[in-house]
Amino acid sequence: MADAAADSHLLPSRFADWFAAQGWSPRAHQLEMIARARAGRDALLIAPTGGGKTLAGFLPTLVELAGRPREARRGVHTLYISPLKALAVDVERNLARPIREMGLDITAESRTGDTGIARRQRQKVRPPDILLTTPEQLALFCAWEGSRLYFEDLACVVIDEIHALHASKRGDLLALGLARLSALAPGMRRIGLSATVDDPDVIRRWMGCGDRPVDLVRGPPGAPPEVDLLLSNGRTPWAGHTAQHAMAEVYDAIRKARTALVFVNTRFQAEFAFQELWKLNDDNLPIALHHGSLAPEQRRKVEAAMARGELKAVVCTSTLDLGIDWGDVDLVIQLASPKGASRMVQRIGRANHRLDEPSRALFVPANRFETLECQAARECIAENRLDGEPLRTGALDVLAQHLLGCACAEPFDEADMLAEARSAGPFRDLSRADFDITLDLTATGGYALQAYDRFRRMVRNPEGHWTVRNGDTARRHRLNLGAILSPEMLSVRIAQGARLVGGRKIGEIEEGYFEMLDPGDTFVFAGQVWSLAGITGMDVLVRPARDSDPKMPSWGGSKFALSSHLARRVRRMMSDASAWAVLPPDVREWLGLQRRHSRIVAEDEMLVETFPRGRRHFLVAYPFEGRLAHTTLAMLLTRRLERAGAQPLGFVCNDYALAVWSLKPMDEVDMDDLFARDMLGDDLEDWLAESFMMKRAFKGCAIIAGLIERRFPGEPRKSGRQVTFSTDLIYDVLRRHQPDHLLLRCARQDAAEGMIDAARLGDLLARVEGRVRHTRLERLSPFAVPMLMEIGKERSPGAAGDAILAEAESELIAEALA
Amino acid sequence: MSPVEALGLRPAADGGLDLVLAGEAVRLLPSGALLLSARSTLVVADLHLEKGSAFAGRGQLLPPLDTRETLRRVAADAAAQAPARILFLGDAFHDREASRRMSEADRQALEALGRAAELVWITGNHDPEPDRELPGEAADEVRLGDLVLRHEPLPAPAPGEIAGHLHPCARIATPRGSVRRRCLVTDGERAILPAYGAFTGGLNVLDPAFSGLFRKSPVVAALGDSRVHAAGIRSLRPDRR
Repeated sequence: MADAAADSHLLPSRFADWFAAQGWSPRAHQLEMIARARAGRDALLIAPTGGGKTLAGFLPTLVELAGRPREARRGVHTLYISPLKALAVDVERNLARPIREMGLDITAESRTGDTGIARRQRQKVRPPDILLTTPEQLALFCAWEGSRLYFEDLACVVIDEIHALHASKRGDLLALGLARLSALAPGMRRIGLSATVDDPDVIRRWMGCGDRPVDLVRGPPGAPPEVDLLLSNGRTPWAGHTAQHAMAEVYDAIRKARTALVFVNTRFQAEFAFQELWKLNDDNLPIALHHGSLAPEQRRKVEAAMARGELKAVVCTSTLDLGIDWGDVDLVIQLASPKGASRMVQRIGRANHRLDEPSRALFVPANRFETLECQAARECIAENRLDGEPLRTGALDVLAQHLLGCACAEPFDEADMLAEARSAGPFRDLSRADFDITLDLTATGGYALQAYDRFRRMVRNPEGHWTVRNGDTARRHRLNLGAILSPEMLSVRIAQGARLVGGRKIGEIEEGYFEMLDPGDTFVFAGQVWSLAGITGMDVLVRPARDSDPKMPSWGGSKFALSSHLARRVRRMMSDASAWAVLPPDVREWLGLQRRHSRIVAEDEMLVETFPRGRRHFLVAYPFEGRLAHTTLAMLLTRRLERAGAQPLGFVCNDYALAVWSLKPMDEVDMDDLFARDMLGDDLEDWLAESFMMKRAFKGCAIIAGLIERRFPGEPRKSGRQVTFSTDLIYDVLRRHQPDHLLLRCARQDAAEGMIDAARLGDLLARVEGRVRHTRLERLSPFAVPMLMEIGKERSPGAAGDAILAEAESELIAEALA
Repeated sequence: MSPVEALGLRPAADGGLDLVLAGEAVRLLPSGALLLSARSTLVVADLHLEKGSAFAGRGQLLPPLDTRETLRRVAADAAAQAPARILFLGDAFHDREASRRMSEADRQALEALGRAAELVWITGNHDPEPDRELPGEAADEVRLGDLVLRHEPLPAPAPGEIAGHLHPCARIATPRGSVRRRCLVTDGERAILPAYGAFTGGLNVLDPAFSGLFRKSPVVAALGDSRVHAAGIRSLRPDRR
């Protein structure tokens, strides 16, 4: 606690009185933030939820503005940026109270995509002292002609939940936006607010302006959370991801809590858990559902009910990882695999926002491997060992978008702009050559043919500065900016009458989901069972169904991979039988069975089992490196096994292991050769170039770079039908005729990072080199059971096109014989 | 008689698919070109050359490489099949200005094709007035024996017609997933050819635009990576958007 003298020095009496009236005393880190601001320093505040973090971020601004008469203020003083629109609005509300109660003459207003036109216009003419907004709105400001004048007196920018922003393309774009703001207002201070992270230096480097140092301020650590593991009365299943076996106990935990948040990893798990809990809900507890596919109005309704304290529980996905404070939550339930310690700390932090009381959480493993993972996550949390994220290198497609934005605002000088971009953390090592080709991409599309000189989006003015070609290009740019890419979504609507006419919209689902359903099939969505009536245009038409056993969608897997740190823990726990004592008896017994029937290997070794089953032969490897890296590995292994004549037929992967099956035995395969590191060379490149992942990544890069628009048009035909013109065609042509095009490079990098986890696969192969322990078995092992149960539940999105066509061909013959 | 027999479907060694159309043996090549072997004629539909630059003119800087790629494919087919005549089945150019936007290299590639074979430009809705400076002849439609070649299919049954315009595509679903490929669609009496151009999209053959064109239930011949695959109507699915 800071002493009273320091308080009075930093905190004006009006503020001190207000704190006293709340029964609070200012916390040390709050005063520290004021002191850093006085010294003109940039600062990163790391504090757990409930530590008065947001107020700490704004106190310097409030103190400064309180001492400055309105006439002496020009423009926005402080710009606040949050990753969520809802959070910006919530902070606006939370700031209003101290401002009102202290009688301060300070205006604070939010501005998001949902803000009305009139208010947005007014904010441009009469700026509030504090403007609360999102990264995408900042990008819009950067592309606005009035930005220089608007921000020239900006004193401070506050970036909230910075840990959730920095390591992404959205973070790249925000870093460039901050660089722009610093160029417009060189005196501007930067304040970052972050949850506890493994390595604060990564964020400090991200948020700093060039070489200017960022001070680190730490809040009090808060009470360590109490995390329990649900030791099911029913036995933990061998496989599966739904945790259906534990629903009665989960329901009981909800009943006993004041308010609970039930986190799952996917939307469909959310739907499933919601259904199951309501089947048990004899007490009619108000249990709600929240995930990214529900209509925004419905989500907002749930959030509002939660804020009013009317709900007993919400089943939710990562949509509620971040967000506004709900004081009443006293229990967080994690249903199924935690994936990583940092995410768990974040989720657990949603319970109990009082610093001195521990948050309570309950982990519910859905299968036995997950029991190990949950236990490992508990230990990580207890020791405060979080997962680290490496410093990102800024993406050039994002830079391309930013350059065009800047050219929309005012002409820029090439050399100045390069220096400005390099002052953004992710772009500090940007080379002149990369800057030049990005500039060319922005201006002409970056084609070797130089065919588009007359279609340039950016041109040089007489002074040699770059400026946007015309107003139309600027207008289109503003409609397409941002670095958030969402998959093509179809609206789910209730079918009206017998004809296929769409009625009320109940939400949105990714297009790909419906590949698996045919009309008449039933599925669960928004907490109800529906029958698919048909699809017209962008609408999915459904009817309520009474089906009690809907055709459940296959578990599509979580977008989060098991963190390397947590994976290492799991391997260590498994290899050391003396550590098993903390595990529930059924899991201990399963590990014992594995030791007896197959083997348990050391922490730095990798187990590979081969065995026959039915008319097939199986190879199961257990790297514990996450689904993405395993999928890539399995693709590459399959190619090698093909060459070795094993005739592999297919594979499945989860976060822990991968299984390949084949026509010929794999017992005699040299496993050291099979897992040799050289597979990351040509094999990987050949496969990747052809893969759907590269095409998907390419589309994303082309959209962000502005080469194609978000709503990429088909060719409208006479009757208004659309002929879909896929970006895959562009990819194929570009790859053949200009394989060194910048967007192909960007796509390669995205695919390697986000989709195939190439770096982690490289680490894995290095780790197990010379340590592959091959065991030939007569039948499947206890560990292999969950893998074999995954088979058949999965469909492979990238399945070889021709093989599918060949199968369909046999259907023609069946048709002919019918 | 089964559809397999009626259409004379038979895979060819070069990856193509042989079929009988209005009594005449023809071959669909994996590229999407139709070879009328008996008449030494190669038919390609809907090239939409310079579509990339058309988008660029409207602000989307697609690669200016589609013409080069499409002509490369035509040249490869021509080299392999050595036809006396290459027949462009309409919409060879994306718009009326397209031929004037072509690069010099692409124009030369086209002229080289014109030296190797007779070029026939059937008019389409995108290119109703073919550029007279191009090598070859223009026509609204061409009759070859019982076959009629025109761009836009007649709305009623038209035995012997070979047309383009609709850009047929098939989405083929199996328990392992689904693929969407360009295809030829035929009932043995008439055929709609797949769009040949590198940047041409497709319209699902289950779209109402195709209904009423065929007297019998049609089959599709879908373009795989290296061969043509026949598929029955039962394995087709509508598009999801």
